[in-house]
Amino acid sequence: MTTHFEEQPIIILNREELVAKVAQLKKDGYRLVQVCATTLADDFDITYSFDKDYKFESLRLSIPRTDAVVPSITGEFFGAFTYENELQDLFGLKVTDLKLDFGGKFYQLAKKTPFNETKAEATAAAAPKPTPTPEAK
Amino acid sequence: MGKQTIVPFGPQHPVLPEPIHLDLVLEDEKVVQAIPSIGFIHRGLERLAEKKEFTEMVYVGERICGICSFIHSHAFCHGVEGVMKIEVPERAQYLRVVWGEMSRIHSHLLWLGLMADAFGFENLFMHSWRVRERLLDLVEATTGGRVIFGSCKIGGVRRDIVGGAMADVTKELREIEKMSTEITSVFEKDNSVKKRTVGVGVINKEDAYLLGAVGPVLRASGVSSDMRMLGYGAYGQLQFQPMVETAGDCYARTQVRCKEIYQSFGLIRQAIERIPEGPIETKVTGTPNGEFFARLEQPRGEVLHYIKGNGTKFLERYRVRTPTFANVPPLVHMLAGCQLADVPVVVLTIDPCISCTER
Repeated sequence: MTTHFEEQPIIILNREELVAKVAQLKKDGYRLVQVCATTLADDFDITYSFDKDYKFESLRLSIPRTDAVVPSITGEFFGAFTYENELQDLFGLKVTDLKLDFGGKFYQLAKKTPFNETKAEATAAAAPKPTPTPEAK
Repeated sequence: MGKQTIVPFGPQHPVLPEPIHLDLVLEDEKVVQAIPSIGFIHRGLERLAEKKEFTEMVYVGERICGICSFIHSHAFCHGVEGVMKIEVPERAQYLRVVWGEMSRIHSHLLWLGLMADAFGFENLFMHSWRVRERLLDLVEATTGGRVIFGSCKIGGVRRDIVGGAMADVTKELREIEKMSTEITSVFEKDNSVKKRTVGVGVINKEDAYLLGAVGPVLRASGVSSDMRMLGYGAYGQLQFQPMVETAGDCYARTQVRCKEIYQSFGLIRQAIERIPEGPIETKVTGTPNGEFFARLEQPRGEVLHYIKGNGTKFLERYRVRTPTFANVPPLVHMLAGCQLADVPVVVLTIDPCISCTER
């Protein structure tokens, strides 16, 4: 008996193609499984996963962190509002045309957009600042 | 249209051991809309993956939740094994099934008790938890833990069930199954249970599917979907079919869970009959480089652990999508149209685990 690992194709696309592709998947009978963002040095990777009859398929966008705007898929899958509000609250992404927008208040967080920094940025931000020298003063 | 009133439900409420908030928009006693908000106890566990080595994250993953702890650790390990293409020994895969199904039984018995408590059937609540205690004793006897099993590791499992212990497990399970019958028959036949659950909080097949429902919520609406059918662990070697009901109401969701308790007893028996002798772990070398979505079936439904490694001992991204998070939109849908007095029962039937959701 070998260990079973399912096939997991990922289709890379740009944000202009996203809604049309999601609409096609819905038409083909897929259900939304999850939406996940990953903070990279220059970009956000956003992965939309779908399933139909145990066939798992994902779409991936790479969005520059300087222009962190994505279109909402709640027009096709209304249930995506939880994931998309999470993108806004945890990552600081802007989701346009969101059908149920909590305006950054879906999560009650102590820190605003806590996932909007890479590990290196978080480490640098947490490092103690050097004491200014007399010359610098 | 009558005058609308907004009633806050939670984050602290007698039926909610954990905080979730719903703004209920009412017309008289009827709910016309429910607006959820979460994140009151968000822990940011996913970002711990950047500070803890991937081998240590098994412990963090298991502690996401105190009910489905074992399956969380299994999902994390399965994710890393998927990235690193690790072959898990056959015996370990069967042991994962045994403990995973014990988790499911104890979770469903716990839920049956909470459900009974939600509609005021105190006696049934206590009986459900009495039976669950016997199951937890069995978990403790085989793993050493009652809440955190601590038995799953990347590449296999930490401990074995050896000697005559397997026979003892089978014998004890037979007793627990017999005791469970007395509980589930009440949930199936009792008039007062039916009064509170039949026709309440209905979600049809299409809505459940499109809103992303998972687990018993989805299956109770007539969709045959159970991630164990993917064949992870030793499930591919076992005979079973998803438990499905069609009514989509609170009663159907209760019946799916009752049936799944017996399905789990059967799966454990099958696993014990077929478990081969052999090693229980594979030595893991190297670090994960790549990505994998581990999808497993928890008692509450499909859980997804996304693992993205970058060749270092720290993961680049660890993401957990829990079943309760996926069941929030279906919950909002099923609350619209129900009576205010039914809200606690409807909320309970998705078996909400906020601890999971606030990973």
